[in-house]
Amino acid sequence: MRLNGVPVEASPAPGQCLRTWIRAQGDTSVKKGCDAGDCGACTVLLDGAPVHSCITPALRATGAEVTTAAGLGTPEELSPVQRRFVEAAGFQCGFCTPGWVVTASALAGPDGTVEVDDPERTFKGNLCRCTGYRSIRDALTGTCNTAPGAVGAEVFGTSLPAPAGPRVVCGAEPFTLDLADTDVLHMRLVRSPYAHARITAIDTTAAEAVEGVVLVLTPDDDPGVLFSTARHQSREDDPDDTLILDRVVRHIGQRVAAVVAESAAAADRAAALVAVTYEVLPSVLHPYAARLPGAPLLHGEKHDSRIADPGRNVVAQSHGEVGDVALGLRTAAHRVTGTWQTARVSHVALETHGGRAWIAEDGTLVVRTSTQVPFLVRDELAHILKRDPDTVRVLAARVGGGFGGKQEMLVEDVLALAAVRLEAHGIRRPVQLELSREEVLATTPMRHPMRVGVELGADADGVLTALKVDVLSDTGAYGNHGPGVMFHGCHESIAIYRCANKRLDAEAVYTNNVPSGAFRGYGLGQVIFAIESAMDELARKVGISPYEIRRRNVVVPGDDFVVNGPAGGDLVFGSYGLDQCLDLAEQALTSDPSPDPAVPEGWRTGEGMAVAMIATIPPRGHYSTARVTMHPDGTASVSVGTAEFGNGTATVHVQIVAEELGISPAEVRLVASDTATSAYDSGAFGSTGSVVAGMAVAQAARSLAAALEGLDGPPAEDVWAEAEHTGSPRSVAFNVHAVRVAVDPGTGEVRLLRSVQAVDAGRVINPEQLRGQVEGGVAQAIGTALQEELVLADGEVVTRVLRHYRVPQIGDVPVTEVLFADTVDTLGPRGAKSMSEAPYNPVAPAIANAIRDALGVRPHELPMSRDRIWRLTAALFPTTSEETR
Amino acid sequence: MDLTTVTGHRRATGRADLALTPGETYLAGGTWLFSEPQPGLTGLVDLGSLGWAPLEELSSGGVRIGATCTIAQLHAWPWPSAVADLVGQCADSLLMSFKVQHAATVGGNVCLALPAGAMIALLTALDAEAVIWTPDGGERREPVATLVRDPGLTSLTRGEVLRALEVAPAALAASYAFARIALTPYGRTSAMVIARRDARGATLTIAGSTPRPLVLEVASEAEVGAAIDTIHEWYADPHGAPDWRAAMTRRLAVETVCRVLS
Repeated sequence: MRLNGVPVEASPAPGQCLRTWIRAQGDTSVKKGCDAGDCGACTVLLDGAPVHSCITPALRATGAEVTTAAGLGTPEELSPVQRRFVEAAGFQCGFCTPGWVVTASALAGPDGTVEVDDPERTFKGNLCRCTGYRSIRDALTGTCNTAPGAVGAEVFGTSLPAPAGPRVVCGAEPFTLDLADTDVLHMRLVRSPYAHARITAIDTTAAEAVEGVVLVLTPDDDPGVLFSTARHQSREDDPDDTLILDRVVRHIGQRVAAVVAESAAAADRAAALVAVTYEVLPSVLHPYAARLPGAPLLHGEKHDSRIADPGRNVVAQSHGEVGDVALGLRTAAHRVTGTWQTARVSHVALETHGGRAWIAEDGTLVVRTSTQVPFLVRDELAHILKRDPDTVRVLAARVGGGFGGKQEMLVEDVLALAAVRLEAHGIRRPVQLELSREEVLATTPMRHPMRVGVELGADADGVLTALKVDVLSDTGAYGNHGPGVMFHGCHESIAIYRCANKRLDAEAVYTNNVPSGAFRGYGLGQVIFAIESAMDELARKVGISPYEIRRRNVVVPGDDFVVNGPAGGDLVFGSYGLDQCLDLAEQALTSDPSPDPAVPEGWRTGEGMAVAMIATIPPRGHYSTARVTMHPDGTASVSVGTAEFGNGTATVHVQIVAEELGISPAEVRLVASDTATSAYDSGAFGSTGSVVAGMAVAQAARSLAAALEGLDGPPAEDVWAEAEHTGSPRSVAFNVHAVRVAVDPGTGEVRLLRSVQAVDAGRVINPEQLRGQVEGGVAQAIGTALQEELVLADGEVVTRVLRHYRVPQIGDVPVTEVLFADTVDTLGPRGAKSMSEAPYNPVAPAIANAIRDALGVRPHELPMSRDRIWRLTAALFPTTSEETR
Repeated sequence: MDLTTVTGHRRATGRADLALTPGETYLAGGTWLFSEPQPGLTGLVDLGSLGWAPLEELSSGGVRIGATCTIAQLHAWPWPSAVADLVGQCADSLLMSFKVQHAATVGGNVCLALPAGAMIALLTALDAEAVIWTPDGGERREPVATLVRDPGLTSLTRGEVLRALEVAPAALAASYAFARIALTPYGRTSAMVIARRDARGATLTIAGSTPRPLVLEVASEAEVGAAIDTIHEWYADPHGAPDWRAAMTRRLAVETVCRVLS
């Protein structure tokens, strides 16, 4: 066949799909998002017709002309469609982009414009998890959203396009595993079929006999150091309850053994032959049951692992009260009580978890991986393998989406162990593990499902007299992020309200379900869903608008941030834009002159809103050291440890340096996310890429500018400056989401007629990029609110492929109007605040409140899917269901 | 995805090539086969090389759809307008995008026997008959409506090959009304109803919400409720709760019968 016009002799193997055949020829522009035909990231043209190469038998392409994104244009000479994706900023992480470009190219006119009647239907086979699709629609229609060309002091505040853009749209920007396959060994994992069991024997004889098998790792190979897959600045934030290969399995899908072979196929075949004998143990799947006396204990023996109460399966707890809640409730004129339940949802970063590890010539253990936190992974690998951190190097290329899921060490540990064991056998070859989409959906951490009880009391004017919250979080089989998500989820959600009497009882419990973990918003989305729903109900009882009840109760500068104990810490009002956000959202929804889309007869409409606050930086320190260097040729480079995973920091850091040094962004080169090339960075989580790493970059660039002052032209040799930021003190950012919905009582269908989010992000660094972050967060939240759900049966994930797990398609996401408050933060870089997790948080309750407004009955459970909403209405409007009888 | 246990790929050129050895299975479009791990599968017998005509007119005035006809080819056929609309609606009901429809086959959709299989619903509504090659070199025929037995299960035994699907002239002349619902606008079908106008009233094809396609006959809209009441098994999977699917089926049935009889 011919690949991008070049004849290729290599003949495909039986059973090989076209995607892996193309990649084996060295064209890595073809990505694997699902490997099952659902996401479109691997789209290629087969004799001009777009197909998903992952479900195309490679032998079927024999004799055909295959065209990939790499064949449509080059970074130097983009095709019209590729140029439009760059100009529109029609990507964030960029992993899905080559597939979009190829699909669009099959439909585009000569100028790159795609004119189709129904883009929602046409592009339902292309999933994007980052953008929320608006910017992709712009790329298809040819709208330019970016402004290249600004220089120096004009750069900050402009919509500079992502420097990697031209490479991303050609598939030329390398992601984690976009490397040559020469000499690489492949790993496959053996996983537990039981929710709780003890491994009594493992026989690897048959597996080792498979041709090409090089190594089989079992619990016998485990180094015996307990750790947590969750990574934080302090490793003590999470309980040490995990081993690389444990003799006890605590959830279905837990690793049992790892097979390393010459090919993925051989490793696959061998993995199926590892014979494991289990002693099945009693399991507990329901978080309510986990704390009851007699419940099976998951980590009962781990008394030194920082588990709050191993004897009750409680990994973390917070119980406390300020003021007198009982009194506050007793004296209240209005009270609201309710219990809300959130679902398990998966990040679905389009690039699955994967990495490659090897021992370098100097003996350094090198791990290239899809991570948000290279330095934290390095330090923990050194801890587990008892190595000096200087002998471990962890690096990330561009990361294909993260959303918190890659603040977790899910492949690096077993890869590193394999590399070390291989070396012990005299084998210094790279070993690679790439999780399948099924493995990601069925075995990797998901958002913590929470049951949240809320009780509110208010006086006759709607001023809160009591705020009582009860949280039960299911952390699953391991405590990774269990404490952090619980504490954070209950912090800004409660602290946003000023109330003398508050009580919080929160516990995160172990169950034999798949572990939960870090996910955009870090617990806030779940707790805010409950509290903001309750506040909406309270406004109804008081008889004031939902905006007004917030105005009467939210914190303002001068207030303390209080949850259930004394205020304290380093969280301050570096700026305050919540008042503006409330006004902006309310005005946009109520005074909007444009008519709503037509609503069919019999549907009901309603409006709803919710607010959210978030700290701009995680607590207890977040460190970054950046170095900015001016070279004799007049270009600059910036070296910083944080990772780019679609959050846009690669653009922001270049903008900051260009502004400080007064040069063009094209003259700034970024070197990032490699423990060997930059100083320490806590990593890209907690929305810190701009406000911590960005501050370090800004300070380093400013110092460099000072050092260069007086020079006429570039220096004769490299001149550099370094700066550190420690992540303290921290500011707060705000988001207000408002929607108008239409609900069909007959079917439960919810349509978003209008969607508005007002954000307080301080001074805006890059308006298009910020808008994209907000839209992407809103889209992910719409998925959580209305359609996404990991369904478990007896502890096993049933929704194991993307056609069963409903990531929003282009047709599921309406346009969200994004409004910016006008504030300048005293703490962030040039007045900016973080805004990447936050937009997610207020969306689900805003939609729930609008559904309540439309129907007169309140949803209490996510997702608010059609079947669930129909059940609400079926009880409410018996005549409606009668009509159909 | 790579089917890592597969070591053989035979291109069938005649019936003699269709005898399966242990571990082999038939490859049509491959869009499902390559979308999931296939443990134990060692060989593929490619039907694509048999050169079956995608669609042919029959001397009776009917249409014969080759089992390897792609969804896109089916869509492009010059059907009478009422049938063309129905074919388009059913093709659109598939979760797969137009890209997959270039490769996915009508026969493959039937043989998968998924409740949401829109080609099954279409062919059931068209009263289509499946032509099946039996391993002894013979042929048998069975309505699509009974060929599909349960989710993932057909009446085909190992070595039997779905050769074609035949639509009679009467079905091509009929008028149809179609309605479906999913949990999201373009999502996998939760319930689908096709009503065909007949001399005695309307014939309903129910799919998506039941484990297998069901055919119900009603004289008028008034009989729909009682007809739906005869259904006692509603399908449960992550694409909708059974009670909701039952209610939606009832609703869609009323809607389609009203439309087709109006």
